[in-house]
Amino acid sequence: MDFARSLALTAPEILISISGLVLLLVAAWGGDKASRLISIASVGVLTACAFLTAPTLWGQLMGADVSAFGGQHRADAFAAFAKLLIYASAGVTLIVSQSFFDKVRAMRAEFPLLVLFASLGMGMMVSAGDLLALYVGLEMSSLASYVMASMLRTDERSAESGLKYFVLGSLASGILLFGMSLTYGFTGTTSYAGINSALAGGLSTGATFGVIFMLAGLAFKISAAPFHMWTPDVYEGAPTPVTTFFATASKVSALGLLMRVSFEAFGSQPHAWQQVVIFASLLSIVIGALGAIGQNNIKRLMAYSSINNVGFILIGLATATRAGASAMLVYLAIYVAMSVAGFVAVLLLRDENGEQVEAISDLAGLSKTRPWIALALASVMFSLAGIPPLFGFWGKFVVFQAAVQADMIVLAAIGIAASVIGAFYYLKVVKVMYFDEAVDKVKGAGETSHTVLLVLSTLAISPLGYLGTKCLGTLADYATAALFPVG
Amino acid sequence: MTGFPILSLMLLVPLVAAVACLVVPREQARSVALVATLIDFVLGVILWANFDIGGAQWQFTESAAVFSGFSWKLGIDGIALLLIALTVFLMPICIGASWTSIDKRQGEYYAAFLLMETLMIGVFAAQDLFLFYIMFEAGLIPMYLIIGVWGGAERIYASYKFFLYTLLGSVLMLIAMFWMVNEAGTTDIPTLMAYNFPVQAQTWLWLAFFASFAVKMPMWPVHTWLPDAHVQAPTGGSVILAGVLLKMGGYGFIRFSLPMFPEASAQFAPLIFGMSMAAVVITSLIALVQHDMKKLIAYSSVAHMAIVTIGLFAFNRQGLEGSMLIMLSHGLVAGALFLSVGVIYDRLHTREIARYGGLSINMPYYAVFLLLFTMASIGLPGTSGFVGEFLSLIGVYQISSWVALICTTGIILGAAYMLYLYRRIAYGEQKNADAAAMLDLDKREWAMMVPLAAVVLWMGVYPESFIAPMRKDIAALDARLAQAKPKGDAQPTAGKPMAAAHSEHSAAHGEAH
Repeated sequence: MDFARSLALTAPEILISISGLVLLLVAAWGGDKASRLISIASVGVLTACAFLTAPTLWGQLMGADVSAFGGQHRADAFAAFAKLLIYASAGVTLIVSQSFFDKVRAMRAEFPLLVLFASLGMGMMVSAGDLLALYVGLEMSSLASYVMASMLRTDERSAESGLKYFVLGSLASGILLFGMSLTYGFTGTTSYAGINSALAGGLSTGATFGVIFMLAGLAFKISAAPFHMWTPDVYEGAPTPVTTFFATASKVSALGLLMRVSFEAFGSQPHAWQQVVIFASLLSIVIGALGAIGQNNIKRLMAYSSINNVGFILIGLATATRAGASAMLVYLAIYVAMSVAGFVAVLLLRDENGEQVEAISDLAGLSKTRPWIALALASVMFSLAGIPPLFGFWGKFVVFQAAVQADMIVLAAIGIAASVIGAFYYLKVVKVMYFDEAVDKVKGAGETSHTVLLVLSTLAISPLGYLGTKCLGTLADYATAALFPVG
Repeated sequence: MTGFPILSLMLLVPLVAAVACLVVPREQARSVALVATLIDFVLGVILWANFDIGGAQWQFTESAAVFSGFSWKLGIDGIALLLIALTVFLMPICIGASWTSIDKRQGEYYAAFLLMETLMIGVFAAQDLFLFYIMFEAGLIPMYLIIGVWGGAERIYASYKFFLYTLLGSVLMLIAMFWMVNEAGTTDIPTLMAYNFPVQAQTWLWLAFFASFAVKMPMWPVHTWLPDAHVQAPTGGSVILAGVLLKMGGYGFIRFSLPMFPEASAQFAPLIFGMSMAAVVITSLIALVQHDMKKLIAYSSVAHMAIVTIGLFAFNRQGLEGSMLIMLSHGLVAGALFLSVGVIYDRLHTREIARYGGLSINMPYYAVFLLLFTMASIGLPGTSGFVGEFLSLIGVYQISSWVALICTTGIILGAAYMLYLYRRIAYGEQKNADAAAMLDLDKREWAMMVPLAAVVLWMGVYPESFIAPMRKDIAALDARLAQAKPKGDAQPTAGKPMAAAHSEHSAAHGEAH
């Protein structure tokens, strides 16, 4: 393999690495005062990476042409789709975090760098073509995420969230690693393609354990039930911009990784993992919905909502078809837009002292005092509930359509009926904002950058989003084609 | 008018006005809403005037493939035309009913109403399965807000019940739609209407659609959201709920369940009959003992809708035409009755029947209108209610005498509860001083009552105007259903011709059957 060609294919990763190191030096000499500069530079770097990545998706590149370093790294259309979402999410995080941390005087120069390195790791995760590259990318993003979660050092909840994330995350990594070693032991290779062909002949008991353990470890990373327990605490405790990052970029990368592993490494034995995925998916939908009902913290509610939504995304995976994979990507893109809109709206909720308002009961009558924020938040809630004409419906639409096309009608019927339970708690938020008497807690003025992001993301999840369905569907199909080289 | 996207325009006008209502000062929101609904009404009149009766089945079609998976495809037949006409006719009246009684958050209120109008027209005009679903489901959001924000004391419970009930019904329908599209390979409703699904699958598909439409209709025993929602909604909300939203269920049966799954429809007809018979008797009896005027009318709606369903599943022209006419008539009459309740509610702020009495003395004009609508609700000949109920019952009589017999008791019970209501409100002594001091109709209320009364009489005296546009479509549906038509329980045999009769006589006799 031509070494120069490998380097060219990994250009986005190399760009992030080098600029990350340079900015690290800036941070070391400039101190926390330089944080704004570093943030702006980081957004610039991410934008440049997005431009480097986009042609891969447009060009529908796949296969050996875009395989770098002996198959360790795949710069194909699938990776490009996921990376574009990751870079966008990371960019949003950087934009909203500056003013958030400034308000509590906790902005540190390391923060934008952590976002940058986490994005680098995530890019490697979705591009990995080998278990080793997978693990390096995963740990790189996880380590950065642990630190980000405890960024507010004086806040107990933030510290607790970081610690919890670290301990449970390490446990999950251990499980994953155990699964990987079993898989390696029984197939004799760490490359996805090698595993796939080794398993094509049949699945031994040991290899089955390997597959199950790997899926369990990954289920933790995507916060699917029954490995979801850390999610509410971490989402609640982490600073809101960091939560935004977890809900968007982390989700995309972990799900992208899961898809690639499932289809490329275990694609020849779909029956081995389909049942596990169906189980995790239905359990996530139900637990996400039931758990959210009693919550009074909007961030906790969003955490349960993310568990619920992962359940719907996993329905796409459970189909093990190309349409299902494409539907997952569409859902992911829409989910990112919904999460951004939701968390940015939460960021705009501040009381007169500039403190964050997180209790749902404090949102009472928000539609009278802050009608536009209430409208945006209500759109997010209806959209997460999957009520048309909001765009969140489209995600559910494609996923369930794929399930029906794969002849999994019972799964689809149960899943969609359980979504009605979820609708209950989304409605509760709308009810508090629109039906209850105003408590007038929310006072503070928002940043212009927040407002712009909120408007953009709300427009994306509004019915106008349907105009983009063709484009989104085509791109998701391009990306999925890379996962299914023959079909 | 071919080529001009009049249906899209009708959808666009209220939508734009809804956004405008949110940004203009709140005092002007109602004027914006009124102007927009009137424009839509004029467009509706133009639509009807240009509808070629007896022409192509689908007219004013437009299609734009702007989405992936489904397309923006609109078009109407006579059935949809009539329901769209009902919508655009009732909307300005709803705005009028809210003119003074809504005193908080007017902008959002009128925006929600206009959005509702867009979605309702969209439901009737959609020619794409998924476009229909989106419009059908989206109506939940504005209606949830209308009940929850501007409703009465129990509004929150009612709004939840309304939302979750109807949502649960609809999501299963979505799964069925996926299956159908997967099987037939198209989302085009006219194509699907002619597609023969395997009989085995029809059963499941029918049940999934039934789950949605039965809740929307609403049929007994899943009707319990309706009285709550009605009582708690503001007057305008009740009018639109009774007038148009309930018709979506009936429209669903007539557009989807019957033509797409004729065999399953025949198979489940006894279920429908059973539920409808129970509904007619039970809800009529419940209506008889209500103390709350709106609740009484809500229960009467369930009874009337039950007659619609038996008519639909009678599998013949009389039944189908009768059902359509009841839907139109009920839209007008129930709307008018809720409006009448709203008129006195605005004055006394109570819906307790016992708090009124002797209104014909101090509000004579009001009493006259209320009497007309009461009679129309009972189904007195000469009013709109008569034609539809008569045809429906004739239709079902051909299938089952027993069903017809029991459902006809609904008419008698209907007369009982409506006349009892009228007696308690309008006749008798003026036992409450505050009720006796109420003023008669003002100009705004006249302007709402007169058109309703006029159309109620028009439909009662000359129903042909309303039957003509849909005649061909009903005939087409009847022909489609012929393959699955169940046998009636009465088997009328042709009378034996008298021995001396000429051959031409017997031929004429045979034709009459």
